[in-house]
Amino acid sequence: MSATAVEVRRVTKIFRLYQEKFSSLKERVIHLGHTPYETFAALDDISFEVEQGHTLGLLGHNGSGKSTLLKCIAGILTPTRGEIAVRGRVSAMLEVGAGFHPDLSGRDNIYLNATLFGLSRREVDARLDDIIEFAELGPFIENQVKFYSTGMYARLGFAVAVNMDPDVLLVDEVLAVGDARFQAKCLAKIREFQQEGRTIIFVSHSPDLVRSVCDSAFVLDHGRLVGGGPVRDAGTLLTQLQLAGSGLVSSPITQRELASPGPRRVALGELRANGVAVEQPVVIESRSALELRIGVVNHEPRRALVHVEVALVNSQGSSVLAVRSVEMDLDPIIVHATTTILVQFADVPLAAGIYQIQVALSDAADGELLDRRQWDTALKITDHHSGVDGVVTTDVNLFVE
Amino acid sequence: MVVQARGAPGSPRRDDPNRALAIKLVRPRVSVWERLVTIWRYRDLLRGLVVKEIRVKYKDSFLGFLWSLLNPAMFILIYYIVFQKVLGSGIPMFAIFLATGLLCWNLFQTGIMGATGAVVDNAGLVKKVAFPREVLALAAVGSASVFFVFQAVVLAIFLVVFRVVPAVSYLGDALVGLVGLLIFAGGLGILLSGITVYLRDVRHLMEILLQAWFWATPVVYAFELVATKFAAHHIPTWLYLLNPVTPAVLAFQRTFYARTNPYSATSHSVVHSLPSAGPLWYFWGVLGLFVAGILVFVVALWIFGRLEGNFAEEL
Repeated sequence: MSATAVEVRRVTKIFRLYQEKFSSLKERVIHLGHTPYETFAALDDISFEVEQGHTLGLLGHNGSGKSTLLKCIAGILTPTRGEIAVRGRVSAMLEVGAGFHPDLSGRDNIYLNATLFGLSRREVDARLDDIIEFAELGPFIENQVKFYSTGMYARLGFAVAVNMDPDVLLVDEVLAVGDARFQAKCLAKIREFQQEGRTIIFVSHSPDLVRSVCDSAFVLDHGRLVGGGPVRDAGTLLTQLQLAGSGLVSSPITQRELASPGPRRVALGELRANGVAVEQPVVIESRSALELRIGVVNHEPRRALVHVEVALVNSQGSSVLAVRSVEMDLDPIIVHATTTILVQFADVPLAAGIYQIQVALSDAADGELLDRRQWDTALKITDHHSGVDGVVTTDVNLFVE
Repeated sequence: MVVQARGAPGSPRRDDPNRALAIKLVRPRVSVWERLVTIWRYRDLLRGLVVKEIRVKYKDSFLGFLWSLLNPAMFILIYYIVFQKVLGSGIPMFAIFLATGLLCWNLFQTGIMGATGAVVDNAGLVKKVAFPREVLALAAVGSASVFFVFQAVVLAIFLVVFRVVPAVSYLGDALVGLVGLLIFAGGLGILLSGITVYLRDVRHLMEILLQAWFWATPVVYAFELVATKFAAHHIPTWLYLLNPVTPAVLAFQRTFYARTNPYSATSHSVVHSLPSAGPLWYFWGVLGLFVAGILVFVVALWIFGRLEGNFAEEL
């Protein structure tokens, strides 16, 4: 039987939102008893357990409460109701290098920071060499931290945090700092922790990172756990996250105009996917055909010569599939009063998820951008072939030779 | 060590999952006892913060920590001139009398002023790292006690130069007074550091209050002076002793200044400076301070615990 490392029992955290903050005595007296504020439940009755040696991802959009939850587990915030039991030493990386004093040397800051995490001086002595080695600061360790570059600062902060010998490690988006090599090093360290059976709770809004690091994940929305499960079930998880993030559950699709406002010579009209107007997400199975019908309106009496660009953009904002007519050795598209451009994809080999469709029209003569639009959450791709993961998908056969 | 394979196949698990690990509870209420235990566990942090504060304070200054001596030295010089030469207080060895009382008072005042802003000034830490926040206020009192040691060394040099022999039998009283004062200042500091998060004015308020408090403490004038005035108006003397800093100051003066009824420096009469009672009288005073200190400390921890929950949001 594996023990529980973190147990969150019915935790509620209520924040007070003040319209104006009265923190001077005069103002407190004047507004005695009726300081205007609204309460807001950042966490609403959350309960879960994390097994020892397990890596849990907390997903959610901004303001979903995931960072608040992490701060509660770390003990920085105290829950309004409920309690959290954490077994063993906790090391929280909420901000790399929080608590460094600029006027002290790197070495002194290691001591100060590590004792802040709850280590004794003797324990720091034992870890000092490892920390300095991990930070790769060399002789700069004796310099004042205020002369460090951002990268050096981050390396030192991370080095201290991971060398705390934590039983439970809490990580909040800190991998975003530093160069690629350092990020790889941090991820390697996290993998090492996993191998050693330490518990990790990982907060991110990147489902990909969570998928690559975590065993399971929870999705938070407005302070509630709205879903979760093993990350292998990534398709569901992604959808849950995006539904939670986009507010799509209740509100209709957002359609934004990206080109500069004002009258346009040639403008984009309605977009239809597989014959359906893109007002609700159009659902297709992965690797099935997709036909986009792009309505174009020419406001001028003369015919216009244009090129079109269509891109499918995934939840990370990467354009995963783009088509440019200008590069297809085609003649410019002739647009009379109204024209419909047809774009046919024989199959869409994209992984399950929610995609945005971007369409741009440009003048064939001088390349001037005529109109550009994006349809958020226009396309929902489902994939019932499990076991294949990534940005794209394909048929996979696995044999034993 | 038990190696288990769970989750990802073949990944060796670190230890026996049932090994004894301290369980940390994060919940709305934490008992005062648990708080004390946590503070004790972070004692190395307390030390580190005190060292940091002192290093940072005088880092780029040429005279360094000498500044912490020049300040009270100037104070003593001015008061010596004003009270001894101009007003003629008549207390012989007035500089030593002043230095002794000031030693105690400075410990208290520096500690309280530092502690009051301790949490607010370290907002960056409080919002990002979990540690017992009481340590911040205690570190302020801690660094005040380091300056206390510097000043005590100077006082010791004074005593040697002016050939003043301390009253050794009262040394115990002074020590209990010092510990009591530290506990009292620590408790009050913790309380004030918490309140300041919600009411930033407390800092300004304390600056004024501490001035009044200073004059309510027999540092510049002799205790007996007030005691006789009180007696003349039939006010019980213990009322004046309610000021918790007074017993510590008295015990210090009795030990290091060591004269109760010396001849005046200005006229041919006797100056009643300190109560001519035995060590036990002084002991009751400092014991009172000690007990009050512990009470204040416990109450402060309890109140601080209630205030602490919203620190990260209020800052």
